[in-house]
Amino acid sequence: MLRFALRRFALIVPTLFGLSILLFAWVRILPGDPARSLLGQRATPEAIARVNEAYGFNEPLVQQYLSYIGALLHGDLGISIDLKEPVLNAFVDKLPATIELTFVALLFAVVVGIPLGYYAGRRVGGWVDTAVVSTSLLGVVIPVFFLAIILKYIFALKLGWFDTANRQSARIDAEHPTNFFVLDGLVTGNLGASWDALLHLVLPGIALGTIPLAIIVRITRASVSEVVHEDFVRTAESKGLSTSVINRRHVLRNALLPVVTTIGLQLGLLLSGAVLTETVFSLDGIGQYLYAAIRVRDYPVLQGFILFIALMYAVINLIVDLSYGLIDPRVRVS
Amino acid sequence: MSRRHLRRSVAITMVSALSALGLAACGSSEPQTSTEPDQSASDAVTQCEDLNAAVADAPASGADEFVFAASSDPATLNPFHASDGETFRVARQMFEGLVGTTPCTPDPAPLLASAWEVAPDGQSYTFTLEEGVQFSDGTPFNAQAVCDNFEYWNNQPKGPAQTEDVSYYWLSLFRGFADTDPPSIYDSCSPNGDTEVTISLTEPFVGFVAAMSLPAFGMQSPSALAEFNKVANGEDPTSTEYALRHPTGTGPYMLDTWDRGNEIRLTANPNYWGEAPRTPNITITTIEDPGARRDALLNGEIDGYDLVAPGDIAPLTDAGIQLVNRPAFNILYLGMNQSYAGAPLDDLKVRQAIAHAIDKDAVVAQTLPPGSVTAKEFIPPSVNGYTDDVTEYPYDPEMAMTLLEEAGATDLEIDFNYPTDVSRPYMPSPADTFNLISTQLEAVGITVNPVADQWTPDYLDKIQGTEDHGIHLLGWTGDYNDTDNFLGVFFGRPSNEWGFDNPELFSALSEARQIPTVEAQTSQYQAINQTVMDYLPGVPIAHPVPSLAFGENVVGFVPSPVQDEPFTTVVVTE
Amino acid sequence: MTVPLTVSPIAPGGVEEAGESLWHGAWKRLRRSPMAIIGATIVLLFVLVAVLAPVLAPYEPASSEWTSLSTPTFVQGPTSEHLLGIDRWGSDMLTQLLFGARQSLIIGVVSTLIGLFAGAALGALAGGLGGWVDTVVMRFVDIMLSIPSLLLAISIAAALGKSSYALMIAIGVAQVPIFARLLRGSMLSQSKSDYVLAANALGLRRRTIIMNHVLPNSLGPTIVQATLNLATAIIEVAALSFLGLGQSDPAVAEWGRMIVSGQDRFLIAPWLSFYPGICIAVTALGFTLFGEALREALDPKQRR
Repeated sequence: MLRFALRRFALIVPTLFGLSILLFAWVRILPGDPARSLLGQRATPEAIARVNEAYGFNEPLVQQYLSYIGALLHGDLGISIDLKEPVLNAFVDKLPATIELTFVALLFAVVVGIPLGYYAGRRVGGWVDTAVVSTSLLGVVIPVFFLAIILKYIFALKLGWFDTANRQSARIDAEHPTNFFVLDGLVTGNLGASWDALLHLVLPGIALGTIPLAIIVRITRASVSEVVHEDFVRTAESKGLSTSVINRRHVLRNALLPVVTTIGLQLGLLLSGAVLTETVFSLDGIGQYLYAAIRVRDYPVLQGFILFIALMYAVINLIVDLSYGLIDPRVRVS
Repeated sequence: MSRRHLRRSVAITMVSALSALGLAACGSSEPQTSTEPDQSASDAVTQCEDLNAAVADAPASGADEFVFAASSDPATLNPFHASDGETFRVARQMFEGLVGTTPCTPDPAPLLASAWEVAPDGQSYTFTLEEGVQFSDGTPFNAQAVCDNFEYWNNQPKGPAQTEDVSYYWLSLFRGFADTDPPSIYDSCSPNGDTEVTISLTEPFVGFVAAMSLPAFGMQSPSALAEFNKVANGEDPTSTEYALRHPTGTGPYMLDTWDRGNEIRLTANPNYWGEAPRTPNITITTIEDPGARRDALLNGEIDGYDLVAPGDIAPLTDAGIQLVNRPAFNILYLGMNQSYAGAPLDDLKVRQAIAHAIDKDAVVAQTLPPGSVTAKEFIPPSVNGYTDDVTEYPYDPEMAMTLLEEAGATDLEIDFNYPTDVSRPYMPSPADTFNLISTQLEAVGITVNPVADQWTPDYLDKIQGTEDHGIHLLGWTGDYNDTDNFLGVFFGRPSNEWGFDNPELFSALSEARQIPTVEAQTSQYQAINQTVMDYLPGVPIAHPVPSLAFGENVVGFVPSPVQDEPFTTVVVTE
Repeated sequence: MTVPLTVSPIAPGGVEEAGESLWHGAWKRLRRSPMAIIGATIVLLFVLVAVLAPVLAPYEPASSEWTSLSTPTFVQGPTSEHLLGIDRWGSDMLTQLLFGARQSLIIGVVSTLIGLFAGAALGALAGGLGGWVDTVVMRFVDIMLSIPSLLLAISIAAALGKSSYALMIAIGVAQVPIFARLLRGSMLSQSKSDYVLAANALGLRRRTIIMNHVLPNSLGPTIVQATLNLATAIIEVAALSFLGLGQSDPAVAEWGRMIVSGQDRFLIAPWLSFYPGICIAVTALGFTLFGEALREALDPKQRR
């Protein structure tokens, strides 16, 4: 087990290293002059020269790369040249928003998707099955941002059931010790704030959640329908166990396995979707941060961000693989 | 079946299919085909004056909190290091300068200084200060504090602090620091007791008093600076403890909390020397997308926001939202690059032809907010040196075509550059303005080649950094009432944007800057305006009127052409 | 992920005659599957519309002729001259939607082809040659997979500037790892199969085995993947346009861009964004349905 873990972990380092070189090169090919981006309409040649000098944009590439790597090894992801705050601070600050959104999306997908997939899988070919499959397919093919716009328009603007922007109503003065707004309310005893933050996650969560929803429905459905015909289920039935007991004890548990393993894959999709969803709902997460950084060619943010995502993604996939290895011994040997 | 019939059938089938999805909705009101603007600029000023007068009658208090949505988070809370409107919006609540503005105008008025005197040589300024003023940390504001501020500004550490990116206003007006070569034009500051202070410059700077109304020169507490603002050489000063947590000024509000990237909360300054603010708590929340700000206001999540898109004006008004026009202090122009390789834009007749081809009234009526006015020169009417006596180029397509013939340029093809994904106060929807002007140019036989670029960095890069552009849309919002802030910025030196070299114009502008009194400057700038409009490097199009939107229960807001808008008199009635 | 969408148990006594080819059997199954029929219809419709757009459209695309009918206060709805009204920039909405199909088809197909050929080449190299080639190629693929594919596409598109080619390359490159892994996996699994061992024993050259046997056997899954990827590509094009990448002229007909443009006038004319959004969804649905049906049809476990 340990060897398995170490082997997987060891692969991350060269991958990230390769990525850092690519990133460095990428950021330099990006069209646009960062000095000019910073200065906007007030850019004069002297001003540009001064900025290049002060921020070291003139130094030879190799030197810039070395200082970049050096800083990286100290855990310094650089300083945003647009907002002047350290990139790492900004991530740590904004990551909770994205995590909350992703969590709600996954929750929605699991809570709605597994039961739907289960019932569809039990009666393959029936009308329930067709309805469920079609609906979940729609979740995949409707672009996330489009769905987000529609949900916002109908449920927030027209019906007024929800707010249209931000993670929490600006009229609520709440403290944020953890920056997970829903959690913060519980921690500080301000339940109204928690509830408000949760409400702000409903529409974006549903919009984003339609992506994993489709996948979870399909996998659950396929697993359930396969498992239902497996020997051990027939054995259980012949032993006289009631259908519901069979369902719960055997079918569901075995069907859940593939769902768990694909969560790692789905997190990647969720992150991409978060960039779009956060923009539509003005949520202050890393997705919106990336979008803004690309628009103004904020080099340090772009470099640091992608690297950070890669690391996070790799770690999460590693954890998922390890837990799969724990659950299913056959995997460890391969 | 004929081809047309087939096409129709297919089209109708598809339409039925799409309509079956039940998402069609009909267009609203009647199409607008007017070409006359329906209001004049003085209306925005009159409206503003009415609002200002109404402040006295407004309720003295209302809700405990006022929520405003900003388009971006402040970059820093130290106003000296800021240059963008949102950072200044926050700064205006917490800081005051020696000089303020007369309501509804860009003109300087007493604030922390109750009076001032300018020496005849224009190099020395003596201010009489208000008495009994304190900073929000309880320390006294006095002549020594003024000098401490000037010394702080003049002695920025080396590195980013000395670039335009960080200390824009000081650098562009005072042109240096204590240790640069050449050094700044600030010479010294001497207090005379507690309430009189004299500031000496090394050369005349007529705009000095007006410049003191800029939020960048808001007075900051020297003791707070000393305690919290430690910056080393090479360090970026915008994220010091002072700038993040302890910005300290004399203004009506002070910082409560700043949840960076999200919102900033201000609370009434208990030590404020003036009338206490009517709403004790202000929350400025960041919503980056303009449509999202509008939606939030419609949904009651916020009480107001700035820069309403022209397309939202009607729906907002229908929903009972109040729109407040800010008197225009800007210029929208069509620049013509005389170094453009693709067409003879350096030929005066061609430029004149283009000027005559544009129907400014239609541009204003169809693509700019109501209340905007057409422009006849490159500065707005309220700026010193404005004169009605300039050469004008009325809408006359016949004349345009004649001029083009005379210039031998009857089949011109010009790149027309415009920005996308941006809305500026002077250019709320560039693509709409582009479309209309483009049509007008095509009507006189000019072939327009549209070149759209994202505002930052591509558009600005291209227009200001290279010669590869033809005609383009751009503009400027004035910071304070100084003509050099407009004309000097545009035409003070050779630039990629305009692509010409006109030494007489450049030297006229740099001389004008040096003239020691406002009165003497006026006639000089008037002459320069006339020269510019004869030379016609570009076509001044309009002075668009930016507007703010407020919920129907909000009263007491008074706009300012230079955005000097503390929320002191705003009340959210219940 | 190879999770089939429909699962049917093996009916007793329903085994086909031996010797029927994979493709023949697949075709028969496709013909009977409602999913395949619906999907294929949509795909065919989309391709027809895209190819015939210049013929079908009543007007020129991106003409911006009727800007007076699309102002901040009023947007023309359906009339007899403009069956779907006017779009945000003063062009005929129907024309824009038709030509938008063209853009989507071109960008989608080109990017998928880029991903397919580049990815397949890499995968075949890795799987076929093995050894250090395999390691290097797979490390490279790992790096590309280390960030989610949309983010990868965003990064590449941002670097390549303002044109449709940027989108094609960006989305294409983002698909490379998928095809690379697919081909490599396919080759590796086949290298252990009986017929390859037999061919080896017969003395056939490696290249012959790969080119004449292994690759054609990988064709099925590759086509399935390409079809599904095409659906994703169409959505990704829209997403990238939404974020402001790619083609910068806002009047040019592209569905994703149209959704964004429509936001300006959303309160008075929400249909400006709805129409293109529905188009994207339906088209992607068609490709997804067809791709899934194809996958099941080609799945040997399905043979009755």
